[in-house]
Amino acid sequence: MSVVNLKANEVQVREVRLGSITGFAGPASELVGCARKGKLGERGRSFTQCLGCSTSNAACTVILIQDGAVISHGPVGCSGCFHEFAFTYLVNGVHRGVNAPTQRRIFSTNLGERETVYGGNERLAATIREVYERTKAKAIFIVTTCASGIIGDDVSGVADEAEAELGVPIVPIFCEGFRSRIWTSGFDAGYHGIARKLIKSPVKKQGDMVNIVNFWGADIFTELFGRLGLRPNYLTPYSTVDQIAHSSEAVCTIQVCATLGSYYGAVLEQEYGVPEIKVAAPYGIAQTEVWFRELGRMTGKEAEVEVLLAEERERYLPRIVELREKLKGKKAHVTAGASHGHALIAVLRELGLEVRGASIFHHDPLYDNGEVGADALQNTVRDYGDVPRYSVCNKQEFELVNVLNRERPDILLARHGGMTLWGGKLGIPSLLIGDEHFGMGYKGLVNYGEKILDTIENDEFVKNLARHAINPYSSWWLEQAPDAFMKGGEQ
Amino acid sequence: MSGLIEQARYTCAIGAMQTVVAIPRALPILHSGPGCGTMVAGFFERSSGYAGGSTAPCTNFSEAEVVFGGEDKLRSVIEGSYKVLESDLQVVLTGCTADIVGDDTAQIVREFRETGKPIVHAETAGFKSSNIVSHSVVVNAIVDQFVGEVERSSTSRSSTDELRSATGKIPGLVNVFASVPYQDPFWKGNLSELKRLLEGVGLKVNILFGPESEGVAEWKSIPSASFNVLVSPWYGLEIVEHLKEKYGQPYFRFPYIPIGGNETSRFLRELGAFAKLDPARVEAFIAREEEAFYMEIQSLATFLLEFRYGLPSWTQVLHDASYVLGISKFLLHEVGIVPKELFITDGTPEAFQQEIRILLAATSEKKKFDLYFEPDAGKAQDIVRSASHAGRGILIGSGWEKALAKEKGMDFLSASNPSPFRLVLTTGYLGYRGGLRLIEDIYDRVLGTYA
Repeated sequence: MSVVNLKANEVQVREVRLGSITGFAGPASELVGCARKGKLGERGRSFTQCLGCSTSNAACTVILIQDGAVISHGPVGCSGCFHEFAFTYLVNGVHRGVNAPTQRRIFSTNLGERETVYGGNERLAATIREVYERTKAKAIFIVTTCASGIIGDDVSGVADEAEAELGVPIVPIFCEGFRSRIWTSGFDAGYHGIARKLIKSPVKKQGDMVNIVNFWGADIFTELFGRLGLRPNYLTPYSTVDQIAHSSEAVCTIQVCATLGSYYGAVLEQEYGVPEIKVAAPYGIAQTEVWFRELGRMTGKEAEVEVLLAEERERYLPRIVELREKLKGKKAHVTAGASHGHALIAVLRELGLEVRGASIFHHDPLYDNGEVGADALQNTVRDYGDVPRYSVCNKQEFELVNVLNRERPDILLARHGGMTLWGGKLGIPSLLIGDEHFGMGYKGLVNYGEKILDTIENDEFVKNLARHAINPYSSWWLEQAPDAFMKGGEQ
Repeated sequence: MSGLIEQARYTCAIGAMQTVVAIPRALPILHSGPGCGTMVAGFFERSSGYAGGSTAPCTNFSEAEVVFGGEDKLRSVIEGSYKVLESDLQVVLTGCTADIVGDDTAQIVREFRETGKPIVHAETAGFKSSNIVSHSVVVNAIVDQFVGEVERSSTSRSSTDELRSATGKIPGLVNVFASVPYQDPFWKGNLSELKRLLEGVGLKVNILFGPESEGVAEWKSIPSASFNVLVSPWYGLEIVEHLKEKYGQPYFRFPYIPIGGNETSRFLRELGAFAKLDPARVEAFIAREEEAFYMEIQSLATFLLEFRYGLPSWTQVLHDASYVLGISKFLLHEVGIVPKELFITDGTPEAFQQEIRILLAATSEKKKFDLYFEPDAGKAQDIVRSASHAGRGILIGSGWEKALAKEKGMDFLSASNPSPFRLVLTTGYLGYRGGLRLIEDIYDRVLGTYA
């Protein structure tokens, strides 16, 4: 278990805090086994392609807070992709009860050569004040960048001074891209900043409120929890600064994707005594039953949960059985971030598909809560058997292309932009579901099953694309082992 | 004044990796932090081309490289790039990390080049400049380190050797520098129309970027061109100045995107005079093009003059300098939409601002326009928000303006970056055809508002 220390400006990156890695190739059981024995070794690469960056993931935890403003402290390019979050906020609001979503307020200190030489503190200080003047935001978040990190700006000092003057939380988030190989460290950095400056001690415990750390998936929990006499408190996208402050008053915290919310859950439990559900999220029947019962136990709703599970079974199981029949024996490959990737593997196998391979971006041996039961990969191996060709690929496209070219599955399931292209180019029906709630529970299995059937059936586009696709990869590379450029690999 | 930017309309210097992506079969290799390539891909969207986006190799600086330098990692990533990916030209672009820690990227790239590899290095640390400025840095790096000296290049186009004059130039061959690829969302279409226009008046064209370029072979023939054509209010001057010095090529510059009949004909006449083209041929081409163009405008006039349910009569534009000038001139004279507040959001250096003001003022003898140079588009939006004009207006800008247009009850056309609400493939706004397309797009949006 990692120990939360909110006195520190920064949270340690995942490779240090959790022992997470970005390179592995072998059976999933071996990875789980090594992790349990503390023998998880990192395999670096001698050739690499563009990765994601902690600063985007940190930004993702704060840009969608309704009444905040975000400053990227760096050159203007370090916030280049943030407009995508602004788009998400506008179009997904309707699924989260925000019916009149407002324009996101996204700023760059626009560091130039002069600041890189003489320091950017003054510019940051002036920017914070101008942003406050312009937005009157309830909180201003500052995400740091490689440039501001290397030149050593005193972001905390500048933020604290501005906070004293302006009277609103000014939240520094340390998420320089070079600090971590694992860009999900940016989530932790975002939540650490939020925890230090926004979360308040509980005023009055709210016995029916359950924290849900998630992205921007459609609100399914109001209905589900309503049947249990509970209500969701979604964090942090579409929440307000005030809602975050009171997240310490919840009865418990649940994770939709532990890769995302691990640290937030640990903060609430260790600092404010809000217990976290420490079993993996409800994807696949086995884990759905385990998870809901644990929720019932923690909230005193055991009886209600049994009723809910029975209703869900009755409603969805017949269709799941039909779908299994249709999908039996189809081969699937999964590429995704860690925890949600494990969830997708479970969903696919529950539906009768065969998952021989997976290309997962990184691996956390355990999450911040230190519970073995929260390890979704372990659960999927236990419940559904091994995944023989499991790789931790660090979102390296060349490895994915190599694997897909060999494996030629009937469907590719992806959970990250940019990864379906190569499925399509190889003529493999490919599916990306953005909504992380889509596959949850019994209903999620039906959702995915229908969608997968539809995707496999309608393969005309990818088949045609494959006939005309341009391939920059060398034939030499496609014949090498996928881990040839990993440490210990052979070319 | 803090110098902040809200809602950036351009990205940083390493965004010029898209200049490389726009050259057929060229490969950008990033010596940078892990997120730079993803940020660039995210800013432009649908911009991966042959080997950009997730395909582009990158050293992904970590703490170790920041402390000990990233030179070994760069060597190893370049070696891997040759094994894993096929490409005709490799351009190593540095990010903030590599340049701040002081890696000798130039030397490492030189070592590979000396073994015969077509590899180039460009310094593109984000803090140095914008992607618009560094477009020129990248082009000049390719010219210096790949295209090379005149002697070397004279072997590249053997089939046209007989056309070469005593100076080693091919009469009538021109290099074109117009759009900054991807920063100009319509670059493919614009370059295509530009090529058609130049060929129409009898020139041969090295278009250099996009699907109509012949890739590195075309780049190798840059020194053989008789002169260069630059269509730009400010960026790219470093390129044509450099080529003038290096290869003795003069250049013709037109300071904004010519859209529609008036401006495209003006462009062609000025170009013809500069290049001493046969005036009869130029005029014959213009006459044919104008006839087709104005036939459409005449058919349209009834609609523009009579449509009784409401059409926009004025516009506010937030865009790069080239478009603000080109769109204003076009809409005022050829469509009858009056430009009001105009915002140049591309970070135009002060040295060029006066010329742009004069060019805009020359648009009309009786009208004055409110022109702002404002890279901080959040501030520009506040000015739009507080301005008020009678009648119906259309806001032309980036995706950021969609909500503002709604708030103001204006029509809206997404035409600059970032543009999440619009998909552009090969549409262009340059030239006669581009002008007609711009009209189609504007009134498509307007008519789409009717039930």
